[in-house]
Amino acid sequence: MNEWSQALSRHPSAGDATTVQTISGNRGLQIEEPLLFEQDSPGHCGVDLPEPPSVTSRLGGLDRKRPIGLPGLSEPQIVRHFTRLSQKNYAIDTGLYPLGSCTMKHNPRLNEKMARLAGFADIHPLQPVSTVQGALELIDTLAHWLKTLTGMPAVALPPAAGAHGELCGIMTIRAALEARGDKRSRILVPESAHGTNPATAAATGYSVESIPANERGRVDLAALRAKLGPDVAALMLTNPNTCGLFEDQILEIAEAVHRAGAFFYCDGANFNAIVGRVRPAELGIDALHINLHKTFSTPHGGGGPGSGPVVLAAELAPYAPVPWIVHGAGGFGLVEHDSGDAARSIGRLKGFHGQMGMFVRALAYMMSHGSDGLKQVAEDAVLNANYLRVKLAGALSAAFPGICMHEVLFDDEFLEGTGVTTLDFAKALIDQGFHPMTMYFPLVVHGALLIEPTETESKASLDQFAAVLTGLAARAQSIKTGAGDAASFREAPLLTPRRRLDETTAARKPVLRWRPAPVQQQAAE
Amino acid sequence: MRYLPLTDADRRDMLATIGVPSIDDLFAEVPAAARHDGLLDLPRAMGELEVERRLAAMAAKNTVAGAVPFFLGAGSYRHHVPAAVDHLIQRGEFLTSYTPYQPELAQGTLQYLFEFQTQVALLTGMEVANASLYDGATACAEAVAMAGRITRRNKSVLSGGLHPHYRAVCETYARFAGEELQAQDPAPGGGEDLAGLIDGETACVVVQNPDFYGEIRDYSQLAQICHQNGALLVVIVTEILCLGAITPPGEMGADIVAAEGQSFGNALNFGGPYVGLFASREKFVRQMPGRLVGETTDAEGRRGWVLTLSTREQHIRREKATSNICTNSGLCALAFTIHLSLLGEAGLTRLAKLNHATAVTAAERLAKIPGVKVVNNSFFNEFALRLPKPAAPVVEALAQRGILAGVPVSRLYPERGELADLLLVAATETVTADDIERLAAGLTEVLR
Repeated sequence: MNEWSQALSRHPSAGDATTVQTISGNRGLQIEEPLLFEQDSPGHCGVDLPEPPSVTSRLGGLDRKRPIGLPGLSEPQIVRHFTRLSQKNYAIDTGLYPLGSCTMKHNPRLNEKMARLAGFADIHPLQPVSTVQGALELIDTLAHWLKTLTGMPAVALPPAAGAHGELCGIMTIRAALEARGDKRSRILVPESAHGTNPATAAATGYSVESIPANERGRVDLAALRAKLGPDVAALMLTNPNTCGLFEDQILEIAEAVHRAGAFFYCDGANFNAIVGRVRPAELGIDALHINLHKTFSTPHGGGGPGSGPVVLAAELAPYAPVPWIVHGAGGFGLVEHDSGDAARSIGRLKGFHGQMGMFVRALAYMMSHGSDGLKQVAEDAVLNANYLRVKLAGALSAAFPGICMHEVLFDDEFLEGTGVTTLDFAKALIDQGFHPMTMYFPLVVHGALLIEPTETESKASLDQFAAVLTGLAARAQSIKTGAGDAASFREAPLLTPRRRLDETTAARKPVLRWRPAPVQQQAAE
Repeated sequence: MRYLPLTDADRRDMLATIGVPSIDDLFAEVPAAARHDGLLDLPRAMGELEVERRLAAMAAKNTVAGAVPFFLGAGSYRHHVPAAVDHLIQRGEFLTSYTPYQPELAQGTLQYLFEFQTQVALLTGMEVANASLYDGATACAEAVAMAGRITRRNKSVLSGGLHPHYRAVCETYARFAGEELQAQDPAPGGGEDLAGLIDGETACVVVQNPDFYGEIRDYSQLAQICHQNGALLVVIVTEILCLGAITPPGEMGADIVAAEGQSFGNALNFGGPYVGLFASREKFVRQMPGRLVGETTDAEGRRGWVLTLSTREQHIRREKATSNICTNSGLCALAFTIHLSLLGEAGLTRLAKLNHATAVTAAERLAKIPGVKVVNNSFFNEFALRLPKPAAPVVEALAQRGILAGVPVSRLYPERGELADLLLVAATETVTADDIERLAAGLTEVLR
């Protein structure tokens, strides 16, 4: 019996057969919300549209002949449906969201307001350039901030997300290599890298080789040197890396990569740790993508949209994807085709001009902080992570000694002998009211727990989080003395809209859409 | 700084707890040469009012679509988005949540993505759909790559009616992935023989419906020829609203459908963010790119949702993944789903009819202008006009008169003189009779 059903059993009306079934199954605000398709009320519609005037059809006889099968609902039903769904989510607006390498910081609402200005939201990408000079000015201003913050001479703005930025960066590198007649076949990626790095290398026609980490959680420089050779196109490195550590031999790494004739690509997912304090150009990198949806606070939106501009060294800049902005006599211009001056461009990576809505939000964020505030962002992000590192030093087991950057990595040594896994521990944290940290990533430590608090958490919030983690760790430890119970971890979470979900069955027999009952029957036959 | 909750006193206390004298000590591992102790040469922090003032000044320099007669399309369409859509997507629980990797805390996101997948499958007439890609153009390139994986063939045929940006993105992706593309010349009005290009090495044929010039075609026969040759038919849709009125690709025999979903719930936004739709036959699902949400049960046997089949994805499979995509277009997909829910079957059908009727009215009126011809035999809410002179200067002249007349095809194909006189005109439900009259009058005057 879980805590909920215990609570319910004490409630006088619970289980009363005469009770009318409510949205929560008579469980307070624990709402059970059916699918839209199960709420179809024929005759209802959430919009009022005029009767279309009668015209001679020009559809060429290809009119839709069968109904689509969409449900009909009125606006109040729909507003309730999505409001109820929203209440089943945890969000930054709910509380601390310590997902390592995800930079779940506060999303300022000013940015939302600015992105909705009609002058940005209600303009078409193919309007005459003379009618969108303010939009081009905004993009150009954002480019200036990104170049100044990174110290790099050029930036490609089209990529739609971090992984798309990686594609852009590696494609420009391959184009630059090919232009000098240099066919190379391998890309080196540290073991601790995000999965997107090797996936990107494969998508651009390279084979991938892994570089081990040293005992300090950094790239093993000797191993890197041994793997470098005339067939290596690039090293893809995240810095600070996914162990939350600054690659303190980065200048030697850059030198070794360049000496081998390769390019140095940096995954900028963790730029939040150094923004305003360290310019990547001075670390010897040739290309770096910046996740505007991490460092510059454009909302994650449950998985997107993002934006992944890539800053480029001068040698790579001519290969950047179109479009890009030029300054002309009559104002801003737009180079949209990979011909003429842009003949060396890799071409187009996306429809139209990039994630304008994200550009507006990111620029509003940058302007709000200024050069002084952005430096403070990096400092507070690093301060908060180190504060948690020290507060948790006695309770959890740090993966590596010494200071960290904006995130702190623990392994599961502190759970040894308790029967509690990293997954169980993370799920138990949910019942305490927190979103878990990143689990089992990076792969270089056993049972990883990666915590990134970000700069937008207060000291009180960190103290509370540390106290809860410490309490949970003590509860896990008490299992060893027989006082505690591993089952209470294994069964967690109990207090969420759903308990642990059966992912194995979901993958073995995929049900990826709703189907009306009769069709489902046919499919089963 | 209003977004930073630490006070100087907090910072001092925390440094003391950590046991270092200053913040600089936490950056000690950064090589000294790369440390930037001063401030970079950028403006200092600003309050909300000041930021608003500066950004509003930039916004004011643009001609807002809603303020003028507006007829642009070409893959980005201006529709009326019901007020409830933007209100709901701004709920913090949606807006500020991450990818639903912890399903117990993200049933809201997972359920709407399951609803989104269902809507996309129903609309396209396909069996399954994923939880979104970046946009239509990248979805198109992913479809070509997926067809290659399924057929283990390397050559794809792209119709000349494909949106030039989609074609260009396919070309970029293909060049680096080592895929061969047979991209056909632009063919306004049709006449291309795609079937004749299919052979035993063809992975897929990519067509767009309606095509870039607005023409609607039946691709059932082409699908059959593809299948006889072991190739797949990929159908692209850039104006998803059309599927409220025309036969969906699934009924024509499409194997993969890649589409732009911006029309539902999403503003023009100067081209992004938009939402890539991706649907296919169920038997191909393990070769699909991107996230998928699946139904399952929880420890108490209750229905719930999880991300599934993630062994296709980069965070599990790394270099063997079906795509490198991670972040997608979640919130744009939510806007799509809410808008389509509000429309429902009846609203969608009526909205599609309204668009078609508006476009037919516009085409009939514009065709009366001396020297102006409608190129299309058929169309939904967008058609191509052949003008008696190059379209780009005409559009510019009309813009100076406060009319956004359409997209000159030369904007996308500057090097093709034979297309210079073509103007794409879209007329959605947002276009009024007065807008059409003003465009007709303006065009008559400029062409005189």
